[in-house]
Amino acid sequence: MKDSISRRAFLKKSGTLGTLTALDGMLPTYAWSNFLSAVTPAMQLSGDVINLTIARTPFRIDHRTTTATTVNGTVPGPLLRLREGQDVTLNVTNRLDETSSIHWHGILLPPEMDGVPGVSFPGIEPGTTFSYRFTIRQYGTYWFHSHSGGQEQAGVYAPMIIDPLEPDPIQYDREYVIMLSDWSFSSVDAMIGKLKKQPGYFNFQKRTLGDFIKDVMQDGWLPAFDNYLMWARMRMDPTDLADVTGYAYTYLMNGLTSAANWTGIFRPGERVRLRFIQAGAMTFQDIRIPGLRMTVVQADGQNVQPVEVDEFRIGPAETYDIIVEPKEDRAYTIFAETLDRSGFARGTLAPRPGMTAEIPPRRSRPLLTMADMGMRHMNAESHGDHESHDAARGEPTKGMQLDDTHGEHDRPGHLDTKPVRHAADDHGPGNQFIPDFTQSRMDEPGIGLGNDGRRVLVYTDLKSLKPYPDQRKPERELEIHLTGHMERFIWSFDGKKYSDAREPILFHHGERLRWIFVNDTMMDHTMHLHGMWMYLENGAGAYLPRKHTVLVKPAERISVAITADAPGPWAFHCHLLLHMETGMFRVVETLDAVPGTEP
Amino acid sequence: MKFFLQLGAGIVAILFLGAGSSLPAASAEILSDKAKQTLPNHLLQSRGEYHHPTHSDQNYAFLSAGVLEYRPGEDGGDFRWDIQGWYGGDFNRLWFKSEGERNTAFKADHDIDIQLLYGRFIGKYYDFQIGVRGETQIFKGRDVARAHAVIGFQGLAPYRYEVESALFISQDGDVSMRFQTSRNFLLTQRLILQGRIETHAAVQKVEKFTTGQGLNNIELGLRLRYEIRREIAPYIGISYDRSFFKTADLVREEGGDSSQVRFVAGVQLWF
Repeated sequence: MKDSISRRAFLKKSGTLGTLTALDGMLPTYAWSNFLSAVTPAMQLSGDVINLTIARTPFRIDHRTTTATTVNGTVPGPLLRLREGQDVTLNVTNRLDETSSIHWHGILLPPEMDGVPGVSFPGIEPGTTFSYRFTIRQYGTYWFHSHSGGQEQAGVYAPMIIDPLEPDPIQYDREYVIMLSDWSFSSVDAMIGKLKKQPGYFNFQKRTLGDFIKDVMQDGWLPAFDNYLMWARMRMDPTDLADVTGYAYTYLMNGLTSAANWTGIFRPGERVRLRFIQAGAMTFQDIRIPGLRMTVVQADGQNVQPVEVDEFRIGPAETYDIIVEPKEDRAYTIFAETLDRSGFARGTLAPRPGMTAEIPPRRSRPLLTMADMGMRHMNAESHGDHESHDAARGEPTKGMQLDDTHGEHDRPGHLDTKPVRHAADDHGPGNQFIPDFTQSRMDEPGIGLGNDGRRVLVYTDLKSLKPYPDQRKPERELEIHLTGHMERFIWSFDGKKYSDAREPILFHHGERLRWIFVNDTMMDHTMHLHGMWMYLENGAGAYLPRKHTVLVKPAERISVAITADAPGPWAFHCHLLLHMETGMFRVVETLDAVPGTEP
Repeated sequence: MKFFLQLGAGIVAILFLGAGSSLPAASAEILSDKAKQTLPNHLLQSRGEYHHPTHSDQNYAFLSAGVLEYRPGEDGGDFRWDIQGWYGGDFNRLWFKSEGERNTAFKADHDIDIQLLYGRFIGKYYDFQIGVRGETQIFKGRDVARAHAVIGFQGLAPYRYEVESALFISQDGDVSMRFQTSRNFLLTQRLILQGRIETHAAVQKVEKFTTGQGLNNIELGLRLRYEIRREIAPYIGISYDRSFFKTADLVREEGGDSSQVRFVAGVQLWF
């Protein structure tokens, strides 16, 4: 069998664990560091030919044994450790009774190797093996996951670390991968079914009579009543922060629950690199390590100029590498609290196994505000709003030639923070709401953050370590609106689900274009473009950071520059798995020449 | 007998109507034609659930009992139900509704109502519904039945009122209306108080169905439920039902009580 090598290696390794063999096959070995000395190598696969098998495997969550969909028998799957410049062959065998796939998240590769069924290839049939072959042209922290239905949430995800050819500009003595995920005993399909029928199904943090009384005592009868009535009138819920919450999810760190406490060992004084990967299907988490400053050095696998922070938010599919320098001989808690505060994942950095530090209390659940509805400028005439360029013409996704009148937009690497009034188009019945105004919120830490004195990472902090070669100003501008309907659990772009809009969005090979994302919804989304980098236009001038996944806040208008250097069809979608599955998905096609369209 | 024939004919009619106008099936064909222009051929030959990047056109089935309750009374007690469900996607749904009661103290012994409707999602919050309704009332030893055409709106009104309204035109051309609204108040995350109003009105008097001209009745309900799971919520409550004008006279002629307060105990269910 093709997977015999990795299996044998795994068995050999787990044999050395002695009494711990009962947990065989339930955790990847790199998640084991709490039981082993730090020098034990992680269960990782390297080399030019790697065999992976997707199958249903028993999986233990604390004291409950269940079944997960796994890569090589573990959740997360094995860590792939590869090298820049390497020609790699990844043979993926599907032992499920349904089609499967693996997508290499953030990796630049030929379109037919990208692993999206129905876009790149037909998928991997049950009982068959698909060989992915590509040359690795980058380095950094990445990951891979299934792109078929709910398999990703069910366990098909794993880290992929690519070492640089040249010496790594980031210095560190020790490193750990910290893969965050959200485990559920229900399937994605079942969750979507519940949410289509009852949108607040998983939310047990709604406002109740008790909250109302508290608000009346705090703010007075009239303001409290006004506030509740306003939300009720709009048929919105200010506590709608996460579609799926801690009610259904157990939050994992490297496949371990908070009780199992994943632990990374360090020697005081060492520089420890932590590679955070958010593999959660629907979860945004706020990461902090009380007692340590974190220096962010990489985002989405791309080096950035070091930024010191106390806390950062990581959305589905984003990655952040940080450096910490624990000096004391004590344990530190790695705390990953969910955006809606309904749960958390926790691990520990410690000089010796078995040590723990205090788990901080969860903060109280925040509320959405007027700003999240794009209503903050309702009465502020002084903010000179300008009409959305082409949304005003009612065709937001159709490209248009930039003319010289857009002075603000002509500067490459600009950050346009002016609020833009939403056009009259309300995107049809499938879109619940349009904000009056949208604007960049890249300098805001996000819902529930930034009001407790902690220094929180914001997108405007991210500056690439070195300027990237393509410094052209975008010659074409596209605009896409992130839309949806909370009451029906519909998610879409420009009011249309993928099933109603299968025509691809066209990029012209070689062009530099600007793509504006306008979030008309009151939720955070993470936009993921396959095959090409998105250069976040965050005002960093020549140092725009590159991302594969861009977090867009409620009522935010954000733009990325794209160098359309990869011909072929590519997926573009929200990386919240349930949003993608219900329609927030498009195909982007980079074509050499498009007959009948403007250049 | 005649009633069931009519109801059957209505069901057939609605199924045809549904099949002809909606369209998830029809539009899927058009879309796959479009997809053919952009996807390589080998992608289109594959079939199966996970061959597509998303499943945003999936259909779901929903069944819900908003009212399913026992009403203790002098002669053994009555019951009342309001059940509805749908099958379909986000925009087009086939609806089923049944509402009725056994009420020995009020007009007919049994009052049973079944509707089959096609619903189209419009105006962001409402299903526009059209279809048929069969209605039967069973009196002591005497049954009456009739069929109606139905046109209605259902959805979520501002301030979070669940609203359901319908206009009925009977086989004999008699026009009547039903309006229902309910609202939830969260006492805690799981203990929820629901207020519910249902009212009927008619344009013509139809004595056979104990229906007078104008406002027929108003039913006010207050139900306190506890959601063990979201899908299962036992409740207790109180219901006040009052008939008006000519309808009240007809109810009294039948030996019923035109104004009654009932304690209720039941369970809200959905899946």
